Amino acid sequence: MMSKPKVFEKPIGVKDYLPHAVVKLRQIENQVLACMRSWGYEQIMTPTMEYYDTVGVASSTSDRKLFKLLNNRGTTLVLRSDMTAPIARVVSSVLKDSQFPLRLSYHSNIFRAIEEEAGHEAEFFQTGVELVGDASAEADAEVVALAIASLKAAGVDRFKIAIGHVGFLNGLFEDTLSGRTDAQEELKACLLGRDYVGYRERLRELAIAEPVQRELEGILRLRGSQEICLQALQLSSNATAQASIRHLLEMWDVLKAYGVCEHVLIDLTMIGDFSYYTGMTFEGYAADLGFPVASGGRYDNLLKQFGRPAPATGFALKTTRILELIGDSESDLEERVLIGYNDAGRALALAKAQQLREAGTVVITEKMEQSTAAEVTAAAEQSENGEKVVYKGETFAAFIRFFGEQEGASL
Amino acid sequence: MSRNVNGGIGAEALQTSSGGLETMDMGILAAALEASGRDLLKVAMPKGRIYKQASKLFREAGLPIPSDFDDTRKLIIELPEAGMSFIMAKPVDVPTYVEYGVADIGIVGKDVLMEENKDVYELLDLGIAKCRMSVIGLPDWKPVIHPRVATKYPNVASQYFRELGQQVEVIKLNGSIELAPLIGLADRIVDMVETGQTLRENGLVEMESIFGITSRLIANRVSYRMKNEAIQSLCDKLQHVIGAKPNA
Repeated sequence: MMSKPKVFEKPIGVKDYLPHAVVKLRQIENQVLACMRSWGYEQIMTPTMEYYDTVGVASSTSDRKLFKLLNNRGTTLVLRSDMTAPIARVVSSVLKDSQFPLRLSYHSNIFRAIEEEAGHEAEFFQTGVELVGDASAEADAEVVALAIASLKAAGVDRFKIAIGHVGFLNGLFEDTLSGRTDAQEELKACLLGRDYVGYRERLRELAIAEPVQRELEGILRLRGSQEICLQALQLSSNATAQASIRHLLEMWDVLKAYGVCEHVLIDLTMIGDFSYYTGMTFEGYAADLGFPVASGGRYDNLLKQFGRPAPATGFALKTTRILELIGDSESDLEERVLIGYNDAGRALALAKAQQLREAGTVVITEKMEQSTAAEVTAAAEQSENGEKVVYKGETFAAFIRFFGEQEGASL
Repeated sequence: MSRNVNGGIGAEALQTSSGGLETMDMGILAAALEASGRDLLKVAMPKGRIYKQASKLFREAGLPIPSDFDDTRKLIIELPEAGMSFIMAKPVDVPTYVEYGVADIGIVGKDVLMEENKDVYELLDLGIAKCRMSVIGLPDWKPVIHPRVATKYPNVASQYFRELGQQVEVIKLNGSIELAPLIGLADRIVDMVETGQTLRENGLVEMESIFGITSRLIANRVSYRMKNEAIQSLCDKLQHVIGAKPNA
């Protein structure tokens, strides 16, 4: 189907970033990383490629979404599909003698083979943290509070974080559908697929007592603030479910102390991938953007796959989507100065350029004809916005001439 | 990605309709919307078959639907006083609008949801536009060596036969699917059956029913959280009307 690509085409799902976008992206990246650093998270970098059998298999990305390639020995490699698995590898190997807790941050490009159409990118940026070696609700709350601080640092104004806990549903289903693992799996699959209609249908087919059915239907409404947890406590006496809710209540108290509860929503139907997440999970949503801007949660089973069992929690901001969100506001490239010179003025011109650059000004130098310099000056004097100089399609804040031994008129 | 639904559509397509509102408690909805942000709740409505039944359901639930909507050719109608705006879409595109968040919620048939497989919340079975997805063939159908199945729903058809352990060639057609077995393009078809009238008239029989179809209320992942109060309140009202009906 695919014919030979045309020269302007690039593979589906990848993007070019032009100067204005790069300025914005770097701005977001720097502000978010600075925020993370101020919370004690140190940035690390890992390779773009990893082994399929280790990091590839351990990652939460489904197999068909991995970019796989062979190296010259025929070993299967993957392009990293998240940063969590590579960091788990680093923590268990290179950093194996470092004491817990470890606080690490990253900003990195991530690769996922796309399945369908646009909106699902094949390469995108994530900025995130992992907090390894702390199983407490305090640690989970820290990660959520940092996600909120990071979204603010990135310039996102209106957003919400929804927090759930995989233990609650696990416990509730164990309790109400004990031994019926197939039914449990089916119900979870419906919730994971956001198919509430299917979930209710399955429930009706299950032939369970009316009150239990109503209870299980009721969880679709467990969404709100702290009082939702109190409701949920009444719902199931199962130990796992109760422990999960207590954990969320503890987190809520910590988040209250952080002063960020206005952004937080408890949503017990919000479940991440059950095979990966082991505790609380969360997602961040921004107004005016159809896709989540952040996701995270607790994954206590990952590190043991790399030989250093430890609890861990973390999140990633979808930096590329945040760029989409705030990229509309006009970003300003810095003011620039143009210096024109001839042979005689070169030494002075370049010295002046260096002096200005050291002071933080962006300077472009060009050897030009004296007549050209005169034209530029004349055009600038006649132009309506007097201070700006337009030369070869670019706008400059000032034009300085060096023809001969002296600095010419500086506009 | 366009975040402004109005963007790119001519001004003449945009109209604020204030007349002909049949609504009882818009105040509550508007207040809920106020609390969840200043934006309108954007509803993608399917044109055609489902539309009439869906708008009837909305009216019964006391939800605002512009009365001049039924025969309008406008694509977008805003009802700012009700906090809602309606987008008229081709049914098969409704899940796409909702997945991208250019519509917060939408109404769409289960057939389209199964075929398109988009990442959206399926909140409510509206119980309207009932029909079923079926395998259809000539009455004297016998297994053939190279089975060919014509359909408007290639994903649904492929998946169904795969699960049966049969390898078939799926041929995508865009209309008059019933023609295919009659003229020998395919030995069977997979299509929606409502009354079976078209089948009978063309001497075809329903061989197997794959799944039942009704219209569903769907929501965008982010909207469902950011505009939860408005969406939940709308859901509850619809649920109330649906619940009151027999066999829903």
